[in-house]
Amino acid sequence: MQEVVLDLEFIIGHYNYWLFVILMMTGLYITVSRGNLIKKVVGLNLFQTSVFMLYISMGKIEGGTAPILTGDPNTVYSNPLPHVLILTAIVVGIATTALALALVVRIGEEFGSIEEDELIEIEHELDFAEESAEASPVPGQGDANKGEPGGK
Amino acid sequence: MIITDGSTAILLAIGIPAFVTLVIAALSSRPNLRDAASVVAAIATFLVVLDLLGMVNAGQTPSVSLFEVMPGLVISFSIEPLGMIFALVASGLWIPAAIYSIGYMRAENERHLTRFNICYALAISAALGIAFSANLFTLFIFYEVLTVSTYPLVAHKQTDEARRGARTYLAILMTTSILFLLTAIIWTWSATGTLDFRPGGFIAGQVDPALVPVLLALFAFGIGKAALMPFHRWLPSAMVAPTPVSALLHAVAVVKAGVFTMLKVGVYVFGVDFLSQTDASQWLVWLASASILIASIIALTKDDLKARLAYSTVSQLSYITLGMALATQMGIVGGAMHIVTHAVGKITLFMCAGAIYVATHKKKVSELDGLGREMPFTFAAFGIASFSIIGLPPFAGAWSKMYLMLGAANTGQLAIIAVLLVSSLLNIAYLMPIVARGFFAPAPVAAHSLGAAAADDGKRWREAPLLCVLPLCLTALLCLLAIFAISPLYDFLLHVPILPETYP
Amino acid sequence: MIDLIAKNLPALQVVIPLMAAPVCAIFNRSRLAWLIAFVVAIASFAMSVALLGQTLDGGIISYHLGGWAPPIGIEYRVDVLNAFVLLIVSGIAVVTLPYAAKSVAQEIPREKQGFFYTAFLLCLTGLLGVTITGDAFNVFVFLEISSLSTYALVATGAERNRRALTAAYNYLIMGTVGATFFVIGLGLLYMATGTLNMADLAHQITLRGDTRMLHMGFAFVLVGIGLKLAMFPLHLWLPNAYTFAPSAVSVFISATSTKVAVYVLLRFMFGIFGFDYAYQQSTLQYVLLPLALLAMFAASLVAVFQTDLKRMLAYSSIAQVGYMLLGTAFMTQTGVMATVIHLFNHAVTKATLFMVAGAFVYSVGSSKISELKGLGRIMPWTSAAFVVGGLSLIGIPLTVGFVSKWYLVQAALELGWWPVAAAIVLSSLIAIAYVWRIVEMLYLHSPSPDTKAKEAPLSMLVPMWILAAATVYFGTHAALTSAAASRAASTLISTSNIIWQ
Repeated sequence: MQEVVLDLEFIIGHYNYWLFVILMMTGLYITVSRGNLIKKVVGLNLFQTSVFMLYISMGKIEGGTAPILTGDPNTVYSNPLPHVLILTAIVVGIATTALALALVVRIGEEFGSIEEDELIEIEHELDFAEESAEASPVPGQGDANKGEPGGK
Repeated sequence: MIITDGSTAILLAIGIPAFVTLVIAALSSRPNLRDAASVVAAIATFLVVLDLLGMVNAGQTPSVSLFEVMPGLVISFSIEPLGMIFALVASGLWIPAAIYSIGYMRAENERHLTRFNICYALAISAALGIAFSANLFTLFIFYEVLTVSTYPLVAHKQTDEARRGARTYLAILMTTSILFLLTAIIWTWSATGTLDFRPGGFIAGQVDPALVPVLLALFAFGIGKAALMPFHRWLPSAMVAPTPVSALLHAVAVVKAGVFTMLKVGVYVFGVDFLSQTDASQWLVWLASASILIASIIALTKDDLKARLAYSTVSQLSYITLGMALATQMGIVGGAMHIVTHAVGKITLFMCAGAIYVATHKKKVSELDGLGREMPFTFAAFGIASFSIIGLPPFAGAWSKMYLMLGAANTGQLAIIAVLLVSSLLNIAYLMPIVARGFFAPAPVAAHSLGAAAADDGKRWREAPLLCVLPLCLTALLCLLAIFAISPLYDFLLHVPILPETYP
Repeated sequence: MIDLIAKNLPALQVVIPLMAAPVCAIFNRSRLAWLIAFVVAIASFAMSVALLGQTLDGGIISYHLGGWAPPIGIEYRVDVLNAFVLLIVSGIAVVTLPYAAKSVAQEIPREKQGFFYTAFLLCLTGLLGVTITGDAFNVFVFLEISSLSTYALVATGAERNRRALTAAYNYLIMGTVGATFFVIGLGLLYMATGTLNMADLAHQITLRGDTRMLHMGFAFVLVGIGLKLAMFPLHLWLPNAYTFAPSAVSVFISATSTKVAVYVLLRFMFGIFGFDYAYQQSTLQYVLLPLALLAMFAASLVAVFQTDLKRMLAYSSIAQVGYMLLGTAFMTQTGVMATVIHLFNHAVTKATLFMVAGAFVYSVGSSKISELKGLGRIMPWTSAAFVVGGLSLIGIPLTVGFVSKWYLVQAALELGWWPVAAAIVLSSLIAIAYVWRIVEMLYLHSPSPDTKAKEAPLSMLVPMWILAAATVYFGTHAALTSAAASRAASTLISTSNIIWQ
């Protein structure tokens, strides 16, 4: 029975996957752990980029050239399909980032902060304000405080 | 006998109460017409049901299929003797109940009467749907409609107490029906591939014999409206409702729908013969007996008049369940007959309780001293109905009890006869004191001086409004006259099939 | 001409809303944009009806986009399952748009309404695309089109409550993480098989057998879709998104987006990996089943304690997704059928209920439960629609909810899984608790004397009641939906004829 403890060749041979895993974990970790909304978006970008790398490296064939027909039957081509797919994914990624940043801007305008813990605090206060408004008999018209009796 | 077509008559019987809800809604701004509409609908429905009775007596089996809900599951109606009896009770007692509720609700100045009348009519429609259903699926649908439509009635007063009571009501009825009854139905469906009621049942040979008692348990507890202990709590907690609603719950529709379903499941799903051969219902006999005795004892301890009557109902319902569980011809006859006799008796008792409340605003048994002399009609009716519930011959209740005992004797279970006798004694113990207090106890002097003494002195009688007293006298009279109906009823109920039909 | 349309129906189904979206943006006039969106929605509904008609007898339409043959080219593949889902999505869009007119006019500033309908149409495009395509990577692209537009739509709720912004942001982060997981899964599948066409994937997987790569791909895809369909405990984005989105958006996404994600799950699990895939069986039984049961109970219980109607409905949605996952976890014909029929039934029910919530927002200005006191008298039609939807949520007979529950319990009993059957009925009892709180509030309280609420406008009531009527109609005439669902289930099972050792 053969027991392989550490197959160095295997590890090194798959270096692109290791890079991909490291990058992906970094991205995911940043997305989850950072409180700053912008940094979260950066993490998300890293995460997505790692996937692009995965696809691109999987299409690469050792010794392969760009998939342009050369007429020589012995030419080895790289697989173009993953590369093309990733073009689409990059577009999606950019759109996501743009939308996320736009949202962050709006959040900054409305709440005056883009730090997650501060936002949570503000939202808790909002909740609390709503609950205490509930106790008073005035039927709240949402944010539009029209016709509020002047007792306050 | 205007309508000769059975299917039209069935649809009319279910449709009139359903349709009248629209009329009531349209007349909501004109109270007199609106309330009259209820009464007219009640009478019309009863006439149609009588018409159907004529057809059944002539040997027809009116039936109609509406539409297919899911593949293989069809809403269809078909009339057999048990359903006929239940339909007669529900539609017949709707008339006095409708009249009574006009008197009661107006005297009490209750609001939201349009909603009240609509839900009441809807409940009757659902009850008739249950009575005529040709398969378990149809029955379940109308069973749930009945639950939902009576909820607003129970919560009618909209007080915190009413909301709480209604919540319990809904919670227990829905929980049991969805948790147990629905499971039982789906189980039956997947085991046998049919849900059509069939004389002699269709379970035999389709379900593992060891699991038959389990299936029966799912049915027995699932039919929460039959108030089998330990799922009886909804009945007392629904007592917060106005009295006409209590009458509906206890006599006209709801609990009767429960025990009717119980009988129907026993006869047409399991089959009496099958049950008696396998002894699958033996445990239910004992549970029902325990339910009878325990509920009677609890009733003794209640001082609140309506609560006492409620527990009395719990106990009486278990008679009917017992009749089914005995799995003999006499048991079924006794059980079915008890649906009728108990309904007439209990509606009287509740209407009396309501009349007492309307006239004096007294709810407790201990406050009734001497009231009988002021409200002679009410208390006389109460007395007659009590005798009937107790089972004193010649009043109605005696006969159903007798057949139940015969059923028990047929199976040789003497202990059950003893249970029935002890229960009768307990009935005396919790019902008679009310009448006795009313007629024989001296009226408390303090209460008189505290109350509107002047009004009392001026008028000797303090009866409730006429529209309250009239219906309760009517039903009390029915308790008395029932003796003439027992024999035809017995003959009619012998048609309930016990053995599977032999023809294919 | 008609022939040309008929031939290209699958493409037109996606292309028409896609093309109409920028048109809405160009004519940034609210009325016109609404009209365009409505006409497009009706057109796509008509097309999906036609597609369902063509596939109901078990036929499969394979449409090659741009004439490129699969597996190289993108294939649109319509069978009865996705035709059914297309019908749900476009049908909901048709009833949502008339409803949206008034509600959007109140909740969103005028100059942004054109863009709102643009985003709405893009979202519709994405959902239809996800459903119709037969190419795995194409699923990702359309999923992102629908998701991105949904984030934007949720964020438009900021005019009413600024918390919509944070809700949209969180949804974006979690949705993107989910989508990225999904792409990783696709990449691994591609590495294992060398194809991305779904039918070809299934074929290649059969040929090549089980590998560790396939396991990885399976797991990533499952988690990715799990995030999109709010599989418990990956549901955290959902409550806030549904609560703070504009009413019309809540209606639309609650009824469609999770349903489409469930469809994708079904397609991948059974259409690609196959029914007998051993790894799948253990995953479904030991991962999906417990999670589904947990969702049914936990989310329902949380729903009971909500103070906001929309949030309560959102938690109820999570619980309902649990039912759908449960049906898949059974891995039987009846189980899958229960899932498919529940897709439809829940879409109709939840759309009704969110429309009711939106009508309350419109008239009362809030969906807080405590402000619904006594509205049963002031807004009788709206409240009655709530009762119908609520009964369906509980699963009372004569409503669609009952049909779903019937099949789910039946599926559980067929397998002899008694505890699961008990769990299904038990969890639906919790629905009584949260539905009845609202019913009590609506009917058994007196309205506050200074309330200015009045019945919602007809343009909101009519769609609401169309859906409520559908709830009852398909609850009493379920033969139609159950036939479609049953065929869909058998197609799904018959295409997955892989035998794993």
